[in-house]
Amino acid sequence: MAKHPVSLKVNGDEYDLLIEPRKTLLAVLRDTIGLTGTKEGCSTGDCGACTVIVEGQAVTSCMVLGVTASEKEITTIEGLASDGELHPVQQAFINTGGYQCGFCTPGFIMASKALLDENPDRTEEEFRHALGGNICRCTGYTKILEAILNAAEEVKTSA
Amino acid sequence: MKGFEFFEPTTLAEASRLFAGEHAQLLAGGTDLVIGMKALTETPQSVISLQKIPGLAGVTAEADGSISVGAMTKVREIELSADIQKHHTALAEGATEIGSIQIRNLATIGGNIAHASPAADTVAGLLVADAQVDIASADGERTVSIDELFTGPGQTILAPGEIITRFRLPNPASGSHYIKHKIREVMDLAFIGVAAAVNLDNGTITDARIGLAAVAPTPIRATAAENLLRGNEPTAELLEQAGEAAAAASSPISDLRCSAEHRREMVDVLTRRTLQEAVARV
Repeated sequence: MAKHPVSLKVNGDEYDLLIEPRKTLLAVLRDTIGLTGTKEGCSTGDCGACTVIVEGQAVTSCMVLGVTASEKEITTIEGLASDGELHPVQQAFINTGGYQCGFCTPGFIMASKALLDENPDRTEEEFRHALGGNICRCTGYTKILEAILNAAEEVKTSA
Repeated sequence: MKGFEFFEPTTLAEASRLFAGEHAQLLAGGTDLVIGMKALTETPQSVISLQKIPGLAGVTAEADGSISVGAMTKVREIELSADIQKHHTALAEGATEIGSIQIRNLATIGGNIAHASPAADTVAGLLVADAQVDIASADGERTVSIDELFTGPGQTILAPGEIITRFRLPNPASGSHYIKHKIREVMDLAFIGVAAAVNLDNGTITDARIGLAAVAPTPIRATAAENLLRGNEPTAELLEQAGEAAAAASSPISDLRCSAEHRREMVDVLTRRTLQEAVARV
């Protein structure tokens, strides 16, 4: 099957690639570009470990064909820190210990970042519901939620 | 996933021509197709993306009070649309019930409907909105009513090469509501889905529409229940009768999720509850 030329804009860098249409965005990010911060969990869209931000929207990258992401702005966990400073969500996860094995963490952080960009002013219940597409197999939800609520406060006060 | 040829046509005519070929599949949001291709339940030889065709996405309020929703509109956009929340609340609520935010940012309403799952969460809301479905092919266009679209689980009247382009919602309801019977708060399939929409004049129901999902081989309208309601006041007794009539119209199956008896009983209960809420919202 013919490979397709795509131009991916990931974390501000451009990658001109020739990829097979059957490669998911997740596979292109990890295997072709080498950005392995984004994780492959269930690979059926149920667990949220592969969450990245495309054009400002959190999406499960395991469900996206890489060829359809050409020319779109993509942000992965590697692109969150700027000038050596962690994003408030990243720092909040460290401060509260919002991770155990860490496998779900990039997905949780990217999903949370998109939520805070959209509207940090949500109740705990609303954050819980909005993060229903992310699963932590270690079941560390209490600390994860604490991290997100702290990050929301941080984002609101610095805005 | 098996290999396939990938096409990104920029016109509907070209997309239709490609889609009319053997072993071709349309790609909208990909949340069903990509998963199906991974599981090898879908093995298309060509995949035709609709995302480069202009004019297929977005919610537009028309001058005549109707609302039109492009088939490539993301489910998340429908959930957040002020126009749909106000005039077609049941549809906005149905959209909110799909998957997770990450999935709703990908999934499209056209895909949710064309996939023709009897349990699709946007379908009951479209049924009670009397949605008209615009369909295009290389030969031209036609429009069908949403309740004529489905012929069975996963089956529609769409001919090879035909593509859903738009849903037109001519009929704003004064009050509508959708209830999804489910176990998990998110990321669950509907055991059943019930939508109700009502218009009232001076305390009398002038129009009532009830849409049922996952209780028959196709999504259905509960027309006998609707006829009971029209011209009457929404008393508790009448809504109970409507619930019973809706249950009688259903023909659910038993599966590993729940029994047919439970489904039928819950159609009765949830039709009454959706009607109560729809009336309360007027």
